[in-house]
Amino acid sequence: MNLTLKIWRQAGPEAPGEMVTYPVSDISEDMSFLEMLDVLNEQLNAKGEEPVAFDSDCREGICGMCSLMINGEAHGPEVTTTCQLHMRSFTDGDTITIEPWRAEAFPLVRDLIVDRSAFDRVIQAGGYVSVNTGAAPEANNLQVRKEKADRAFDTATCIGCGACVAACPNASGMLFLGAKITHLGELPQGQAERDARVVKMLSQHDAEDFGGCQNLGECAAACPKEIPLDVINQLNRDFMKAKR
Amino acid sequence: MATSTVSKPPRTGKAGSTVFLKTLMAVTGFIFVLFVAAHMYGNIFKLFAGHEAFNEYSEHLRTIGEPMLPRRGLLTILEVVLGISVVLHVYSAAQLWKRAKAARPQRYVVKKSIAQSFSSKWMRWGGLFLLLFVIWHLLQFTIPKINVGDGGNAVSIKNDPYLLVVNSFQVWWLTLIYVLAMIALGMHLHHGIWSASQTLGFTPTARARKIAKTTATVVALVVAVGFVIPPLAILFGGIK
Repeated sequence: MNLTLKIWRQAGPEAPGEMVTYPVSDISEDMSFLEMLDVLNEQLNAKGEEPVAFDSDCREGICGMCSLMINGEAHGPEVTTTCQLHMRSFTDGDTITIEPWRAEAFPLVRDLIVDRSAFDRVIQAGGYVSVNTGAAPEANNLQVRKEKADRAFDTATCIGCGACVAACPNASGMLFLGAKITHLGELPQGQAERDARVVKMLSQHDAEDFGGCQNLGECAAACPKEIPLDVINQLNRDFMKAKR
Repeated sequence: MATSTVSKPPRTGKAGSTVFLKTLMAVTGFIFVLFVAAHMYGNIFKLFAGHEAFNEYSEHLRTIGEPMLPRRGLLTILEVVLGISVVLHVYSAAQLWKRAKAARPQRYVVKKSIAQSFSSKWMRWGGLFLLLFVIWHLLQFTIPKINVGDGGNAVSIKNDPYLLVVNSFQVWWLTLIYVLAMIALGMHLHHGIWSASQTLGFTPTARARKIAKTTATVVALVVAVGFVIPPLAILFGGIK
């Protein structure tokens, strides 16, 4: 397939950025989106131009490192991560616009790379459980109801990629935050710090300059791990309970 | 993962946390829902009941609760509650709007919206329009009673609520303003009731979510349609 790519190029955080158009040809529809970008970068290297910088790591959809706003959708048109998006989702002759995540909380590093450390700081503020060290406890000691275990597992699939923030018109991190709150809040190990956790994590979320939630649902629709919107309901509930 | 220990998260700013602001907005929003529902009920059932019944209803609103409350007692309490609610609702909306703008200083060249409803896109500008409308509505029917269709009989009409309403809505452009405002109100309620339910934690399951969305749609339709029927009936001669 032959494609026209419009890519955001920016040499550094303070440098001016602009959309640059690149034609690419002979792309196989079995390539992943990132492999297609690899092809482009090989061409740029051969011409002695600066390759396009983008994030990637595992390339199997589980690490949350890849990002990219593709034609106005976070991770592109399929419900998956950019690395698991294949070129068969596009048609020959398409023009594809590729932009970095846009949020004050995710400062741009270079081209398509943004710094998502804000999520790490939100986790560090309270997204953990404290346990005593020593011998491993008896595994069957703590019993967890099936529905609670399922919900904890489902929300634990959040890989912190930031698609929710990127897709949200308010650049809010509530879906991420809600997923973490629900994940730990459903388990017995998470109860001791439950009230303090939600207050600390929300304070950090707000301090990182994420926006507020309008319950629009763009985040849940963009999430490659299909985290449902009800985690935000859980977050609000837990926060009100903690403040009571 | 950053490994340095982060300092204690700063306390949320003067305006309060985003969830607190949302809660303020949701609670005051529900107060407005109760108010518009009652207001709509009074309009539609009393205007069609005729000149005398409507004026009697209007007088009754002023004497409710007597002799326990003074004249206009309950009305004054309601006005104070609604007034405070408007201030808080607009304040939290303005704070969150400001936050949202600051949270994405650089916009996307291409951005698709895939999930959000049409109504939800108009919450802010539609809300601002509703605020201006409420001010105009109060100027028209509550304090100065600006009468746009008095035909020179301003004073006698001012003291007769029924005539004030009927004369006003015989003017086509006024009715048009009200129809537009009610479309805006319907849209605001359609997203607002659902969103407030989610903010207040009423929607933990898929079923509860569906109920909240359906309730929002039904209330929005009933209120908006209920409000526009009397002005249209007046304009097209159903109420004289």
